Amino acid sequence: MTLTTQQSKEAEIGKKANHLVLVVTNDTIDKVYPPMILATTGAASGMDVDIYFTFWGLKLLDKKGQTQTKIASVGNPALPMPNIMGMLPGMTAMATKMMKGKIKKYWPTIPEMMQQAKDMGVRFHACSPTMGLMGMTDKDLIPLTDSICGASTFLDWATDPNSVTIFT
Amino acid sequence: MLGTSLATTDAKPAMVLDTKGLLCPAPVVKTSQAVKQIQVGDVLQVLATDPGSKPDLTSWSRMTGNELLSVTEDGGSPKVYTFLIRRMK
Repeated sequence: MTLTTQQSKEAEIGKKANHLVLVVTNDTIDKVYPPMILATTGAASGMDVDIYFTFWGLKLLDKKGQTQTKIASVGNPALPMPNIMGMLPGMTAMATKMMKGKIKKYWPTIPEMMQQAKDMGVRFHACSPTMGLMGMTDKDLIPLTDSICGASTFLDWATDPNSVTIFT
Repeated sequence: MLGTSLATTDAKPAMVLDTKGLLCPAPVVKTSQAVKQIQVGDVLQVLATDPGSKPDLTSWSRMTGNELLSVTEDGGSPKVYTFLIRRMK
């Protein structure tokens, strides 16, 4: 690499967003791994990372719900079975078991991945209106939670020109 | 320091990181952790089988300002990619 390209690369780094804001609105396996992968990769790439957990996504910060992540067997055309079978009792549990078994070979579990992200400096935020809706208090949140906040805080991060916001 | 970055690409690695069999984000996350364990100016060798690791570690190097000295791939199945990355800061 020549000195000139090295300098132009550095100029390019200066122009890029360095704050990653992720919004997790659901707690199914397919809606949680992608943001956790982006979060850990962002932290590994020197970005500041904030994750906002809202609606069912907030279950990931709930002491009672964190390990119960499932995959939907209804309304999920990607599963290798007719959709109507997904309505049968036990199908969600079966699809979840199969998917988790497959995932285990390659990735950490979601709680492990959240701990890894935390160790890398990723910050976790609980949506305050969702907490109200679900009757949760700060005592219900796992210790990894950094703050409880609402839409204004989120918009404060999202409107920063150095940030990029992704909904999953 | 910049002088050393312009040197040969057959630099001897100070550390070898084996991520064979692991998928994204493991090669990038483990590389970012390993590069902190070597000295500035030293070279990290990373082995990976994830086909995404080639564009991903190229992007990671650019984003973090570390220097990707070389990427080579063997003819095996799965293909093994070998990266040489110099810690720049």
